[in-house]
Amino acid sequence: MSKDTHVDVPHNTVGATGESGRVEAEGARAGESSGGAMAVLRTSAGRNLGLVVALVVICVVGTVTAGERFADVDNVLTILKLASVIGVVSIGMTFVITGGGIDLSVGAIVALSSVWCTTLATQTMAEDTHWIVMVLAALAVGAGCGLVNGVLIAYGNIVSFIATLAMLASARGLAELMSDRKTQIVRIESFKDFFGAEVLGIPVLVIIFAVVAAAGWVLLNRTTFGRRTLAVGGNPEAARLAGINVKQHTVMLYVLVGVCCGIAAIMLISRTTTGSSTHGNLYELDAIAAVVIGGTLLSGGRGTIVGTVFGVLIFTTLGNVFTLNNQDTSTQAVAKGLIIVVAVLLQQRLASRSNTA
Amino acid sequence: MTTHESLLRMSGIVKEFPGVKALGGVDLDVRAGEVHCLLGQNGAGKSTLIKILSASYQPDAGVIHWDGVETSLPTPISAIKVGISTIYQELDLVPGLTVAENVFLGHEQSVAGFSQRSQSNQMVRDLMTRLGHSEISPTRLVGSLSPAGQQIVSMARALSHDTRLLILDEPSAVLDHEEVDNLFRVIRGLTAEGVAVVYISHRLEEIRQIGDRITVLKDGITVATGLEVADTSTATLIQLMTGRSIEYVFPPRPEVAPERGPVVLEAKGLSLAGVFETMDLTVHAGEIVGLTGLVGAGRSEILETVYGARRATTGTVTVDGTRIRKGSVPAAVRAGIGLAPEERKSQGLLLDQAVYRNVTISSLGRFARGGFLDSAAERRRAEELTTSLDVRPTGVTRAVRTLSGGNQQKVVLARWLLRDCRVLLLDEPTRGVDVGARSEIYQLIRSLADAGVAVVVVSSEVEEVLGLSDRVVVVREGAVVHEAPATDLDEARVLDLVMEGRVA
Repeated sequence: MSKDTHVDVPHNTVGATGESGRVEAEGARAGESSGGAMAVLRTSAGRNLGLVVALVVICVVGTVTAGERFADVDNVLTILKLASVIGVVSIGMTFVITGGGIDLSVGAIVALSSVWCTTLATQTMAEDTHWIVMVLAALAVGAGCGLVNGVLIAYGNIVSFIATLAMLASARGLAELMSDRKTQIVRIESFKDFFGAEVLGIPVLVIIFAVVAAAGWVLLNRTTFGRRTLAVGGNPEAARLAGINVKQHTVMLYVLVGVCCGIAAIMLISRTTTGSSTHGNLYELDAIAAVVIGGTLLSGGRGTIVGTVFGVLIFTTLGNVFTLNNQDTSTQAVAKGLIIVVAVLLQQRLASRSNTA
Repeated sequence: MTTHESLLRMSGIVKEFPGVKALGGVDLDVRAGEVHCLLGQNGAGKSTLIKILSASYQPDAGVIHWDGVETSLPTPISAIKVGISTIYQELDLVPGLTVAENVFLGHEQSVAGFSQRSQSNQMVRDLMTRLGHSEISPTRLVGSLSPAGQQIVSMARALSHDTRLLILDEPSAVLDHEEVDNLFRVIRGLTAEGVAVVYISHRLEEIRQIGDRITVLKDGITVATGLEVADTSTATLIQLMTGRSIEYVFPPRPEVAPERGPVVLEAKGLSLAGVFETMDLTVHAGEIVGLTGLVGAGRSEILETVYGARRATTGTVTVDGTRIRKGSVPAAVRAGIGLAPEERKSQGLLLDQAVYRNVTISSLGRFARGGFLDSAAERRRAEELTTSLDVRPTGVTRAVRTLSGGNQQKVVLARWLLRDCRVLLLDEPTRGVDVGARSEIYQLIRSLADAGVAVVVVSSEVEEVLGLSDRVVVVREGAVVHEAPATDLDEARVLDLVMEGRVA
């Protein structure tokens, strides 16, 4: 990713646009303002630097407190595998939030996709043909739920918060009905073999996350779709009057996050070898938290995939360090909450400065 | 009960916004018990002045004397405390609360945190009686009242604060004839009690009916103050309002009459229910048509309907003979129409994004291959355009927010230049643009027309409409009242048409 240094460089010499929504003037203002740490943090390279520092600090704490058990290749791979599933969901969430919306239903869509893709019927069909059927089923369910969300929001004029809250309730309910609240075991060995494999020592799940993140970065920063997402999230009325089909674009954003949920469902099925209506519980909160501490504006118009990846890694690594130190999940939850508050307070200060400047 | 002591005296009030001097030295003195009318064209600085009076804005220079004592009003609450209340055009009531709750919003009658409902209801009943509207019950929901009723609630709220100066910003805009008479009765009642009223209206006949004295603003400066209504003729007032204090340089009109060019934009039988009536609009290649009228007369709505941003109730729009799908902005843009909206910041621009992104947003397709953008090409093209339009400061990766109003407008125009528009709809193209940049924008618009673009300009500034356009269309209350070549009209005639709907 790019390296806009945020000094006031002559406009025509920069080749890089770097992360989206970021502009040179921001850096110029940062230079003018009081200086010091805040000024550095106001630049997006600086913001990412803050995330790197946070991650490094957590790693150092992990190494000091848990020693070998933390700084171990297997443990690092475990962290990455855990991060992968929520990571893919968070990439999708980054788009929706950048586009000015929110999706509370991601966890429920993951659950429904995982159940649908592991029903007896789907698995039988997969047995007769190929395991790819299961993948397609999960993706289709995810996309379908996203389509419903998007249409309700864009054409039904329902606030995204409400529409996806309704989807949260009904998708998980539907998952419970379909599975009869029973855990569905995956019988297809070829499916488990494929997704459980490693390539050059790297788990396939981690590779999938890397590919999704890279594709997400390109999509947000290098395509018309990404540019329109920033426009729609930054100022929907201006986007509409500039000739962008805002409604259609909104639908596409929710389909996109739905597909990400489908991918995440497959990854989760492979990690647990089960499909269940309890899968993906509270993913919406984890994903939103990762996106927000990564630096994407909750109000839309500015998004960063790199930040989101760091956000996911920070939370997952933190959880791992707590677990290795035998701290219960309650303590983890408290720490998570504190991190979110600090990150958002910081973000607000940055945002208010850029507004008054 | 007019006394000759000033209740309020403002002198030398200056207020500047980035790039624009909204007020350049305004004087106003208001006496207790009088109705003081504030007059001026759109953009003359009336709204800014009221906002300073209600302490929403702080003046950059000038002195305010209240009751003979020099006073500063640092916060809106301090203005209310000394007894200044403002009733804005957009009423600031909470529709889901009752009349009494709205009246005492922010200063609830309570004992130990418990609201004293019967007491406040009684107080509201007294206020309503004082206003001559005892039929409005304190327990009624404000949302269920008519606009006139809501205005009365606003006035009751003002009076609940021991108001000594009441500012009414175009109070009659939302009222019908009978309601206006009621309003005047209420105002007379208040002045008889010694309350001073600052009354803002575009309607000259109302000022004759209710006003005692008049202050006229023009381009942010007081051009006349303390005129007795009885001694001042309408002609004098119009003269004062239009009297030139700044000369704008308008580009010369082409020698060949532009009507000879082919018809580019044609709107037939266009209407929008409840906003404007059936109208036709034809614009030829190379022609600039000026659309003028009061705020709320339906000018912006006409543009937005032509552009597809509002779905026309009836009628068709064609560009170069091709009919455009109704209510679709993308279709209008594809057909070659461009719009520079009235609210540049909230409707026209992505403020936090780079200049080049604002320029290319409507033409992303031409910089993309398979959906992938060639940013370097985008910046290059935006660079060429903004250089030719002389956008300053230069630098296409700079956030649009950092530019002045005039330069922001040029960025919007660059967006449509990039698309080689056939039709350009400009809504208040020079609002918030300083004097120097105005001439540049006029020049630019004329050169676009010379290149064969059909241009429609909406403006409340009569001078601008007359100076810039080839043909002028006057709208009043959603209907076209007059259409003529600009050279056949003068400012007084247009003002008459705009305000009265006829030539006096």
